[in-house]
Amino acid sequence: MKVMLAGAPHIPPISTVSGVMKQVLYALIPAIAAHLWFFGLGILFQIALATGFALALEAAMLKLRQRPLGPFLSDYSAVVTAVLFALCIPPLAPWWIAFTGMLFAIVVAKHFYGGLGHNLFNPAMVGFAAVIVTFPLDLSQWLAPRQLSPGLPGLWQTAHAIFTGSLPESLSWDTLSQATPLDALKTGVAENRLVTEIRDAPIFGDFGGLGWEWIANFYALGGLWLVYRRVISWHVPVALLATVVVVTVPMWLMGPDINPSPLQHIFSGALVMAAFFIATDPVSGCSTMKGRLLFGAGVAILTLAIRRFGGYPDGVAFAVLLMNMAVPLIDRLTRPRTYGH
Amino acid sequence: MRDLEVGEHLYRFPGGLKLRHHKQIACRDPLARPDLPEALYLPLQQHQGPFGEVLVQPGDRVLKGQPLSRARNDREVPVHAPTSGTIREIKPWPVSWPPAGEAECLILEPDGNETWFETNALENWHDAEPAELVEHIRAAGLAGLGGAMFPTAAKLRGDWRQVHTLILNGSECEPYISCDEMLMRERPGAIIEGGLILARALGAGKVVIAIEDQMGAVDKSLTRALAEHDPNDICRIVEVTTVYPEGGEKQLIQVLTGAEVPHDGLPQDLGLVCLNVGTAAAARDAVIEGKPLIERIVTVSGPGIAHPRNLLTLLGTPVSNLLAAAGGVDDDIERLVLGGPMSGLPLASDRIPITKGSNCILVLRRQDTRREQPVMPCINCGECVRVCPASLLPQELYKYLKAESHEEADSLDLFDCIECGCCAHVCPSHIPLVDWYRHGKGVLRERGIEDARAQKARQRFEAREKRITEEKEERRRKREQRERKLKSGGDARSEVQAAIERAQSRSTESDKDADQ
Repeated sequence: MKVMLAGAPHIPPISTVSGVMKQVLYALIPAIAAHLWFFGLGILFQIALATGFALALEAAMLKLRQRPLGPFLSDYSAVVTAVLFALCIPPLAPWWIAFTGMLFAIVVAKHFYGGLGHNLFNPAMVGFAAVIVTFPLDLSQWLAPRQLSPGLPGLWQTAHAIFTGSLPESLSWDTLSQATPLDALKTGVAENRLVTEIRDAPIFGDFGGLGWEWIANFYALGGLWLVYRRVISWHVPVALLATVVVVTVPMWLMGPDINPSPLQHIFSGALVMAAFFIATDPVSGCSTMKGRLLFGAGVAILTLAIRRFGGYPDGVAFAVLLMNMAVPLIDRLTRPRTYGH
Repeated sequence: MRDLEVGEHLYRFPGGLKLRHHKQIACRDPLARPDLPEALYLPLQQHQGPFGEVLVQPGDRVLKGQPLSRARNDREVPVHAPTSGTIREIKPWPVSWPPAGEAECLILEPDGNETWFETNALENWHDAEPAELVEHIRAAGLAGLGGAMFPTAAKLRGDWRQVHTLILNGSECEPYISCDEMLMRERPGAIIEGGLILARALGAGKVVIAIEDQMGAVDKSLTRALAEHDPNDICRIVEVTTVYPEGGEKQLIQVLTGAEVPHDGLPQDLGLVCLNVGTAAAARDAVIEGKPLIERIVTVSGPGIAHPRNLLTLLGTPVSNLLAAAGGVDDDIERLVLGGPMSGLPLASDRIPITKGSNCILVLRRQDTRREQPVMPCINCGECVRVCPASLLPQELYKYLKAESHEEADSLDLFDCIECGCCAHVCPSHIPLVDWYRHGKGVLRERGIEDARAQKARQRFEAREKRITEEKEERRRKREQRERKLKSGGDARSEVQAAIERAQSRSTESDKDADQ
């Protein structure tokens, strides 16, 4: 009888890296669909472009680093990075935005540090930080949502804008684009206008921005499914969103005219997305449960600080990157007590 | 510390896994015996610790239950002849531990007569001294039947505080293993009597029998047996939630008491002793019937075996006999495991014999063990942290061990890992974490031994150096003294004078003493 000598456990593990990544992608489908509805076909182009660049760069780096292509190209980690990045950039951003973003995400943030599992920083956020610093103008040209748009660009127009970097003659940025709600809020407050007054603008919805708040709902839907499936733990999203509420409620109660409400904060920008999909990145996040609570709270506080005091309308990317730096320390300080010690 | 009311409240331990238990498949058929094999292979060492003195030689005729070796202290455990026959040889034979290793075995050829050696029963154990009970248990060769094979006598007496509660562990918790469940169904009375005997040996006032909440029939059979055998209400049955690894001694104690066994201590420090239900039944047989431990129930199960079932098996029976008794194996089997799928030992062949701790033979086919991807890098997902019952950081341990920073791994409490396999089971990167921990512990143990050796050598060297310098110093001092004396002759005279004075004063003192 020929048998194999291998250590326990003898039954196969219950999950795979690619399985985890695929579930994250499935969980993003509702938000992508909402994005598609409110802002048009651009997101599909951006996802395709970013994914293509990400896989090509991943393959090139694996080749250079003499690592096997098969298992690492099929682990879907680069695809998750690409899709998260694509969801952060304007739908009509020219193709080199996606390329630059993926260059920094995959080559610099991921492979320079040793590839899958070794990156200290969240690759998608490194890519996003790189392009928002390098191409600030392109990154500010967000389309107005469907309800406020004279008509979302069609297939050909979208392709033209993305592949040439300029709009077709029939369209102009003046009619298509609009300040994002967080932009409008930031400039409005800077001009000493009241929050209530600023919120009268049509770009605002019930809580956050018109359209945006619905996308946030769908992020939450997908995120809750991931929590239910135990792909992510509840610690980061709960700590992050709870901290936003705890910090902003007193400020809002004290000065509702100059401070946005907690709900407006949560439903604007990328906070909900960050809570479920960005700050929950396992590789660059904390691995102890207490550490995850601190990590989520830290991202929330830094985001709010950047929104209030910083130069950018939203600060999620920088908040996440800053907290990534603190991860080794947090993990060290939050080690659980071993049984019997 | 106050004595905890064991099992009054149930607590949770951190982590753990809910696994599909697959236990019922081996419990459908009644308990049976495999055919008597052509030869029994009895490892001299079937427990943790050294083996005793061998009492037989090749060619000797032995009777069923006859001791083949003798224990000289509580750490040694004797082996008995499981049936009557002839000792053919004493030679190395494949055994389950070390994996793919061999150990000294007595090879016994049965004569088929099953002639019993004299049995040594205690007339009335209720009145027996604890020491007498322990002696019986030791002579019967009891070692933990749960799998750890710790010498039972060594657990029953020692230099520790009063044990107030005996925990009988009937929660097997690993999938597929159902030998304890079968025993609790078939011989509930023996377990309770054994528990009472062991409690008396320990001086413990209470016995708690822990069973899993999914063992329906067991609860009923034990409750019925309680009514018959436990008039003084010493035993109580506690159902614990089936979460792997709640059957581990440390986890079971945590579930039953909320307390943790100190990392450098024993359950006895909490006033507890934890024994397997099979050990209790064996203790009963040893004391009431005077029969040594020569057989046990073994589960033969898994997807690769035709008729999974429980078999009452003579110790020393080769695994191949059990496989045949369970209908034979599939053609494409890949692994034979001793124990459960989560923490069992891989067996190198089916020639390996059953020993006192062999609870289950698990037969797995290729598709049951298949991995869907090669080992990937750790993605720090933290699942291992979530499921670790010892609250370790498995992924950090792995990173340190991979970097050969064994001391760092030690400082992260590597030795508190119970090797339950939960971390490896949930790892999406399919890293063989438990293998890394075993290896790391081995390296550290070896280093510990080397360190101790080096330290001893250093101490010896330093002591020698010290002695030599002291001797040199002494010689120098004496020489100087002599030289001084020679230089000044007057000194020599005064020394003589002083000696005379000393002698005189002594004699005056002794006179005084005489006067009084």
